[in-house]
Amino acid sequence: MNNNYILELKGVRKAFGDTEVLKGIDLKIAKGEFITLLGASGCGKTTTLRIIAGLETSDAGQIFLDGQDITSLEPNKRSVNTVFQSYALFPHMNVADNIGYGLKLKRMPKDLIAKKVQEMLQLVQLSGYEKRMPEQLSGGQRQRVAIARAVVNEPKVLLLDEPLGALDLKLRRQMQLELKRLQKQLGITFIYITHDQEEAINMSDRIAVMNHGVLEQVGTPNEIYYQPRTSYVAGFVGNANILRCGGEFYAIRTENILMNGEPECNREAVVLEKSFAGGQLRILFELPDAQQLTASRYGIDADVQVGSRVMIGWKKENAIPVAEE
Amino acid sequence: MMDEACENKAKCKEEKVKCCMRSRAKSRSNWMLLAPIYVFTILFVGLPILYMFLLSFLSRAKVWGVDFTFTLDNYKRILEPMYIDMLRESFQLAVLSTSIITLLGYPYGYFMARMNAVWKKRMMLLIMIPFWTSSLIRLYGWIIMFRSNGVLDKVLMGIGLTQKPLKLLYTYPAVVVGMVYALLPFMILSVYSSAEKMDWTLVEASRDLGASAFKAFWTVTFKLTLPGLLSGVVLTFIPSMGLFFIADILGGNKIVLVGSVIQEQLTKGRNLPFAAALSAVLMVLTSLMIRLYRKVTRTTELEGLV
Repeated sequence: MNNNYILELKGVRKAFGDTEVLKGIDLKIAKGEFITLLGASGCGKTTTLRIIAGLETSDAGQIFLDGQDITSLEPNKRSVNTVFQSYALFPHMNVADNIGYGLKLKRMPKDLIAKKVQEMLQLVQLSGYEKRMPEQLSGGQRQRVAIARAVVNEPKVLLLDEPLGALDLKLRRQMQLELKRLQKQLGITFIYITHDQEEAINMSDRIAVMNHGVLEQVGTPNEIYYQPRTSYVAGFVGNANILRCGGEFYAIRTENILMNGEPECNREAVVLEKSFAGGQLRILFELPDAQQLTASRYGIDADVQVGSRVMIGWKKENAIPVAEE
Repeated sequence: MMDEACENKAKCKEEKVKCCMRSRAKSRSNWMLLAPIYVFTILFVGLPILYMFLLSFLSRAKVWGVDFTFTLDNYKRILEPMYIDMLRESFQLAVLSTSIITLLGYPYGYFMARMNAVWKKRMMLLIMIPFWTSSLIRLYGWIIMFRSNGVLDKVLMGIGLTQKPLKLLYTYPAVVVGMVYALLPFMILSVYSSAEKMDWTLVEASRDLGASAFKAFWTVTFKLTLPGLLSGVVLTFIPSMGLFFIADILGGNKIVLVGSVIQEQLTKGRNLPFAAALSAVLMVLTSLMIRLYRKVTRTTELEGLV
């Protein structure tokens, strides 16, 4: 077992009744890494997380935490903590008791618990809130209590199940930065779940794109974005056109479609639609072989008429060969 | 981060001001809407209780009714050893039956809440079916079970566990069984309604944070279903002090409950003031009990009550 890996999944499978949710997941996660499981809902990312936490048992495969096989260990015996999507704060305990819950179970002396809770409150900028009950907190504050409650136990791996899903966009952005800062400061390995590709790209060291119980691609945000291996990844991360050329498939990012006089424009296309999407102009083209392409451009082509014929093209290096699903 | 808190505070203030303005305008129409409930409560709960307390300070008339002369004799009479014993005995019986009901009813209600929809229905049906017949008739069913050479004796003697009839009817255990049988559904249903509302992710969170299955139950599930358990206790404890017909039918005349005495004083003894005094004492005792329960368990809410 390589000591650089804090967590390793080997051939993890899970089925609920007849539905196979995980079809053999292999994943190695390095110490201190921020890794995101990215995928649409129902792709199996939450099940993966629950299996790591021990809240669900896998049908096959093994899980190693820091070199130790934890596959059949009870959740309370794993040095892994979870930030739940619904936060799952204990409604009958105040903020301090919520955060101190794990430490109390470890029979840590009371004054030490109080000290650690204070540190945590400071870390998540909630000092002075210790006596509040969860119902008296805003969504963002609950979120931070949930994180503090998990992090205070100093887990080897922190699991976060769409922790920002319930927050509004502005708060979400803020919390993304906050979480990233926290992760750097604490040096804990984060496994983060989201269906939001932008969030994944913003925060992660590596992204694992999941689809129908399979890891489609694991790589840095850069790799995932610029070198998608499959058409699913290309379509899910960023906005890419999948173009068929003979038997091959290529992904071309919408922003890489060129038009109007740029040297690579060697294909004739008809403009089908155009629409403004927040500072961006999105144009839908149809090629002579009936394939459709979307281009996103910055305002400059506003005079393009729907129904007109234009020349479009792309740089050769921007057409990335991908495997079709 | 701080922005958000500030914003919230400001919002709260704004809301409060709005609320106040609205509530002043609305309070009159609200009062009108609530009026029927107040009238109903005053008429059918408040006044009768007041009447009962008043009666308890009056004395008994020669033939029937009351004399309007103030007296404390009714309460003094309760202090006689005979009635103190009777109160103590009722209390003991209520504590015993409520404990058994809790031990049986809590797990039933808890597991019913955790079952899938099909099993929930089945378990609920098991509780509801007995309600389709009158409780008196069901009690006579117990007589057939318990009496000498009854169903229970025949079965026990049939499989050779006992040699002669056990004479179970008209004993203390028979009364306890009757109480438990009659009141168990109230405990089950109030525990169930509490457990049904539970967010089971909380139990997962507790396990995730290092709690064993038992510890998770004790620190989370039990604490959060406590309101249901307590209202179950209230709903079973109070009736089991007063369900005189169970004590009469299954206990013969051997077990005398407060309820039986009140009923006898009212009908045979024709002593309304004394019956009222006994009822008043019963009421004060039970409400003290409830307060104590709440203090000890630190619950402010009771499931479905208050």
